[in-house]
Amino acid sequence: MQPIIDYIKSYLDSNQTPGGAGNVFWAFVYILLVFVGLSVAVIAMNWLERKILAHMQVRLGPMRVGPHGLLQPIADALKLLLKEDIIPAEADGLVFWIAPFIVVLAAFTVFVVVPFGPTHAITDMNIGILFMLGVSSLSVLGIVMAGWASNSHYPLIGALRSSAQMVSYEVAMGLAVVSAILMTSLNDSGTGTLSMIGIVQAQQAEGVWFVFKFFPLGLVAFFIFAIAMVAETNRAPFDLPEAESELTAGFHTEYSGFRWSLFFLAEYSAMIAVSSIAITLWLGGWLRPFPNWLSGSVWTLVFNLFPGITFLFLAGLCFYNVRRMPKHPYFKIQTMGLAGFGGLLGLIGLFLFVPAVFTRVQDIYWFSIKVAGFMYLYIWYRGTFPRYRFDQLMKVGWKVLLPTGLTVLVLTALAGFLDPYAYLEAWLKRLL
Amino acid sequence: MTPVATPFFFYLLSGTMLIGGILVITRKNAVHSALALIATLLAQAGIYLMLYAPFVAGVQIILYAGGIMVLFLFVIMLVNIERTQKERQFNKQWLVGVVAAGALGGLFIAIYTKGKGIFPDRVMPPSNLEASNVQQVGALLYGPGTGQYMFAFEIASLLLLVAIIGAVVMAKKRI
Repeated sequence: MQPIIDYIKSYLDSNQTPGGAGNVFWAFVYILLVFVGLSVAVIAMNWLERKILAHMQVRLGPMRVGPHGLLQPIADALKLLLKEDIIPAEADGLVFWIAPFIVVLAAFTVFVVVPFGPTHAITDMNIGILFMLGVSSLSVLGIVMAGWASNSHYPLIGALRSSAQMVSYEVAMGLAVVSAILMTSLNDSGTGTLSMIGIVQAQQAEGVWFVFKFFPLGLVAFFIFAIAMVAETNRAPFDLPEAESELTAGFHTEYSGFRWSLFFLAEYSAMIAVSSIAITLWLGGWLRPFPNWLSGSVWTLVFNLFPGITFLFLAGLCFYNVRRMPKHPYFKIQTMGLAGFGGLLGLIGLFLFVPAVFTRVQDIYWFSIKVAGFMYLYIWYRGTFPRYRFDQLMKVGWKVLLPTGLTVLVLTALAGFLDPYAYLEAWLKRLL
Repeated sequence: MTPVATPFFFYLLSGTMLIGGILVITRKNAVHSALALIATLLAQAGIYLMLYAPFVAGVQIILYAGGIMVLFLFVIMLVNIERTQKERQFNKQWLVGVVAAGALGGLFIAIYTKGKGIFPDRVMPPSNLEASNVQQVGALLYGPGTGQYMFAFEIASLLLLVAIIGAVVMAKKRI
C-alpha cells in the first residue's frame, strides 16, 4: 500500500500536467475524472435548468421524483435508455447513425486542453485555444449530418440554419479571441501564447484579468465572445436550429431514445466548453478574485476556505428544506432522502476543510464556480430573451459583431503598441 | 517524452486519407463524397501533427473541416439527390486522366527510387519545435530579421481579398 501512496504523492507534488509529464496512467485517470465530472455537471444542469426556468416563470418545476425533483434527471436518463431507438425508413442509415457520435466526440474532445488549474489539465498544447475552437467547430458537421440524414423537412431546415449561423458567428468569435491573445504578448520577451495554461499565466503575470485590460477593449471583446458563444451552442435566444415553435425540434426531430440523449449531452458539454474558453481568456481561469488587492496569507486562507463553505451552505439549504417538508407520513422517505443528501454535501464540505485538500482543489473550485456562473447566465437568457428572427441573427453577426470585433482587434494592437494607460497613469500621478 | 510519430500512426492516417480520397470520387451521393473528404482532411491534419507542425494542423481543422466543408455541405444539401444519382459518374476524358495520373505516378516513383541524393535523409527538428511552433511560424512570417516570407504571405492574402471582393460583386446586383 505504501508504495502506491508514495507514487500518488510524488505525482501530486510534481507540478506537471499528465500530458506534459508524458504519463499515460495519470492522463487516463484525468480523462476519466473529467468525463465523470462532466456527466455529473450535465445531470445537475438538467435539473437546475428546469428548476430555475420554472421559478423564473412562477412555476414549481419537477417536484414529484425525489425531494424537490432531485431524482428527475435520473428518471429521465432511465426513460431515454429504455425508449425505442427509431431510425426512419427513408433516412440515410450510416450518416444518421454516426452523426450523434460526431457531435459528442467534438464536445468532449475539447476538454483535453481545458485548464482547471495549473496542473489540473489533461494536457497543455502549444495550440491550445486553436485546438478548442477547431474541434468545437466540428460539432456543426454532426448537426448538419443529422439534419440531412433524417431525410425530413424540419431537420433539414434546422441543419441549414445551424450551419449558416455557426459559420457566421465563428468569425466574430475568432476576432474576439485574437484580441485576447494579443494581450498575452505584453511581456518582456514580446511573445504571446496560444496555450490555455499560458494564457492564464499571462494574466497572472500582468496582474489583471483580460476582461479589465485596456478598458473597455477587453470588456467589449468579452461581450462579443459571450454573445457569439451562445449562438455557437445553439441556445436561446439563438436557438433557431431547434426552434420548437417552428421546427418541432430542429435537427434532432427524428432522433429518439439514446441517440437523442447524446445530442442533449453534447449540447450541455459544449456549453461548458465554450464557457471555459471565455473564462480562460478573460476571467482569469483558475485564479481567485482579487489576488493583488486582497493579498497576504490571511486572505489566501480565507479564499481557500471558500470550497468548503460553499458545500456547507448547500448542505444548510438541504436541511432548511428538510424542516419545511410536509409532515405527512407520505413524505417520510423523501424527507429522509433530502436529509441524507444534505449530510453527504456537508461531509464533502468538511472534507474540503483539510489543508492538504483545499490547497490542491481550490483552483478547480474557482474554475468551476465561474463556469457555474456562465451556466446560470445561459438559463437566464433562455428565460428572458425572445428568439431572434433569422435575418436579425445574420444582421447581428455580420453587421454588428464583426465590425466591432475588427475595431477592437485593431485598437487592442494599437494599445499594446503605444500603451496609453501607462501615460494616463503617469499623467494622473503628476496631476495629483 | 516518447515521440508519437510512429509508423503505426503514419500508416493509419495515410490509409484513412487514401480510402477517403477514393470514396470522394466513387460515391454517387454527393453528401457522402463530402463526408469522405472531411475524413481525408482530418487525417491530413494528423499527418501535420506528426510532422511537428501543430499550428498547421489546427488551422487545417478550423478552416477546412470546420469552415469550408460546412459550406460545401450547405450547398450540396440543397441539391436534389435522386437526380444526381441517375447521372453518369465519369465523362469521356479518361484518356487525359490516365496520362496525367501516369505522369504523376511516374514522378512519385522516380522520387522514391532516386530521391535519396536530392533530398536530405532526415532533418532533426529543433528540440523545442513542438512547444513553440506558433511563435516560430510568426517569426518566420513577420519577425524582425527572420520575416523572410512576409512578401509571399501578403501576396497570398491580397489574392484572397480579390476573391472576397469578387464574390461580393457577383452576389450583389447593385453596388
